[in-house]
Amino acid sequence: MADVSLDTPIAVTPAKPRAAFRTLLHNPAVLFGGAVIIFVLLMGLLAPWLGTIDPAAINPIARNKVPGAEISLRTDTGERIKMIARFGTDSLGRDVYSRVVYGARVSLLVGVAVALISVACGLFIGLLAGFFRILDAIIMRIMDGLMAIPAILLAIAMVSLFRASVWTVIVAITVPQVPGVVRLVRSIVLSVREEPYVEAAVTLGTSTPKLLWRHVLPNTFAPMIVQGTFICASAILVEAILSFLGIGVPPEVPTWGNIMAAGREVFSLFPHNIIYPGVFLAMTILAVNILGDGLRDALDPKMAKRM
Amino acid sequence: MANRVLELANLSVAIKGGGDRPHAVRGINLTVDANEIVCVVGESGSGKSVTAQAVMGLLPKSAMSVETGSIRLEGEELTTKSDADLRAMRGTRMAMVFQEPMTALNPVERVGDQIGEVLEVHTDLDPKERRKRVLDIMRAVHLPDPEQMIDAYPHQLSGGQRQRIMIAAALVLDPALLIADEPTTALDVTTQAQILKLVREMQTRKKTGVLFITHDFGVVSEIAHRVVVMQLGRIVEQGAAEEVLRNPREDYTRMLLASVPSMTPPKRVPVSGPVVLQTEKLFKTYGKRTLFNPKARIVKAVNDVSLEVRRGETLGIVGESGSGKSTVARCVARLVEATSGAIRIDNSDIAAMKEAKFRPIRRRVQFIFQDPYRSLNPRRTVGEAIIEGPMNFGLSRKEALQRARDLMAIVHLSPDAVDRYPHQFSGGQRQRICIARALAMEPELLIGDEPVSALDVSVQDQVLKLLDEVRRKFNLAVLFITHDLRVAAQVCDRIAVMQRGVIVEQGATADVFAAPQHEYTKALFDAAPGRHQEFAASA
Repeated sequence: MADVSLDTPIAVTPAKPRAAFRTLLHNPAVLFGGAVIIFVLLMGLLAPWLGTIDPAAINPIARNKVPGAEISLRTDTGERIKMIARFGTDSLGRDVYSRVVYGARVSLLVGVAVALISVACGLFIGLLAGFFRILDAIIMRIMDGLMAIPAILLAIAMVSLFRASVWTVIVAITVPQVPGVVRLVRSIVLSVREEPYVEAAVTLGTSTPKLLWRHVLPNTFAPMIVQGTFICASAILVEAILSFLGIGVPPEVPTWGNIMAAGREVFSLFPHNIIYPGVFLAMTILAVNILGDGLRDALDPKMAKRM
Repeated sequence: MANRVLELANLSVAIKGGGDRPHAVRGINLTVDANEIVCVVGESGSGKSVTAQAVMGLLPKSAMSVETGSIRLEGEELTTKSDADLRAMRGTRMAMVFQEPMTALNPVERVGDQIGEVLEVHTDLDPKERRKRVLDIMRAVHLPDPEQMIDAYPHQLSGGQRQRIMIAAALVLDPALLIADEPTTALDVTTQAQILKLVREMQTRKKTGVLFITHDFGVVSEIAHRVVVMQLGRIVEQGAAEEVLRNPREDYTRMLLASVPSMTPPKRVPVSGPVVLQTEKLFKTYGKRTLFNPKARIVKAVNDVSLEVRRGETLGIVGESGSGKSTVARCVARLVEATSGAIRIDNSDIAAMKEAKFRPIRRRVQFIFQDPYRSLNPRRTVGEAIIEGPMNFGLSRKEALQRARDLMAIVHLSPDAVDRYPHQFSGGQRQRICIARALAMEPELLIGDEPVSALDVSVQDQVLKLLDEVRRKFNLAVLFITHDLRVAAQVCDRIAVMQRGVIVEQGATADVFAAPQHEYTKALFDAAPGRHQEFAASA
């Protein structure tokens, strides 16, 4: 046997992260979902410049106009102008188009905030539960308890205790989401801690916080991104439901749920109040879910096959 | 030609989308006659399993396909057959036994039904007759108490019994060809010996042709009539077993044979350095009887183990799975906590020491794991892996990196490879990186938990040589855990044989091999495949 003198590695493939990013860009689901979300995001950000008027402005003489009808309104400076109500007006004469465009802000804010907060909390608690066996029993029983609280009842309770606001809604939706993330993180940590490279780090004298940060945490990134998108979609939906039920964001704030709630009573006569925000809501949630599926396929191929 | 069971002519299997090579196997010719065992030997990636899958029509469709050549089973061409025709032939005329008897059996179906399934699919016997046939074949493969066992679930059986069930299911319809893909690799050596005996017996019973795939030359010498040596998808050499094992014609075969460690331990001078590791009455028990669970099962994984390792000495712990040999190693490295007893490293008892106090001692005890693919974090470069330990103990990044580069050279890897990721290295190279990582801590005691078991025999040889080299160079005490008697014979100064948590015999390697005292040690040596065969002829 020839002696092995200074072997070089067998493969000369480039570093990994780039490759993962490229697969992302080649995934049609990611591209489609991403494009729709960017569209909605830009719509929310650029709302004042998209031909909108004050979404909360009540205009008694232009109530319940059908889409495309011409309405006249008074501007801040007092002069009267005429404009086309593209999506019609609601029973208080508010412009549905403006409300839908501004509504994207609240929906996305709630979706993204809930996803970020619940993933962050879930990661922290899940790491602790998965790595420290003593904490595990206590934490997981608390999580079981949290899971038993229905999101909508919690929201009602919180709104009656505190003032109805976007942040109350965000907290109310986040709390029941956290246990799911904790369970996912914990299960990943439980399997990763058995990996020889984690044990190797123990024998190298790596301190526990460093060990979690270097060797355990990176394994949760891909599943967390995927889980985060699904939470985002679900949060947008729950926010709309809460607003529709009148226990979410205050009714004068334009959100897709609020617009639908306002149009509920006159639905059979003026369905546009519900159809336009409904279409945007459905489209956004579909896009976020498709993005989540695509991300899972790209980042976590094993998981994709299983589901 | 009447009794030719299998004939492969110029068979090539293409890998779709190309891997490291365009063909998994290329232009191979081989035959299996009735009443003959043909062993296909090769290292991982040699294409031996692909050959078996091609015959069975089990190639993963999305990844591989037969490109050219023919596969004839009893003169009948298989490559042009439809899936349905192949399905009808599997079980009746050709059958296969897999490596992992646990995963190859359905865990939620009774074993009798799993054997019966073959009959149900291919015959129109009624349930009563089927049961009778199943009982017959279970008796034939020497399963104890078939009437009871027929209704058992796989998890209730031992590994050897499960493999017997697999063989029974494969042979219940007396196929002309039996393909066995590493059927004993996952089994202990004593069980392996029994299964090999069974395969031979079943083969003579109905004059079955057997294609036996293995990487172990010991197994080959036990069972083969003819041998086919494969390398990188091609057949290197084939011929009668005796001929190939004794007078190999090709360099590759010679190299493989020379890499098989000899069963005869070399002469060694007893080591008289200071004692680095000493365990005294070490116990590790799992399960605990409590107020709520007074009848809990208590398993003594390590039972009253006392041993010592001196500087410059290698102590081998040999035993089968479940003997507690790994648990001893893990207790010493404090990866698990010992239940009672003392573990002394340089005379300080670490068994019950607080983690904070133990930390400075950690550096002196380093561990090498079995699986080189999982013992390096895939997201971190090998340089980062090697410097992690020294930096934990206060070395600056620059100094640690310099040390990492020096160590890469010591383990015969290019120092510039510190920037590479683990997936860019082969299994043997990764194990050498793990050795470098352990050495970076400047340890006194190196623990190897089956460090070469996952490696091919030629790579195993290199890693063992490297381990021996660093042991001399740094005057290390080594605790070497292995199930492989050949490896133990070559690397250990002394060995301890463990069975069910207890050390049954301990002594100088040469003495134990020459005259084993304990019954279990004798049984273990008797079961070692190819024990009478000396492979390292041309080493």
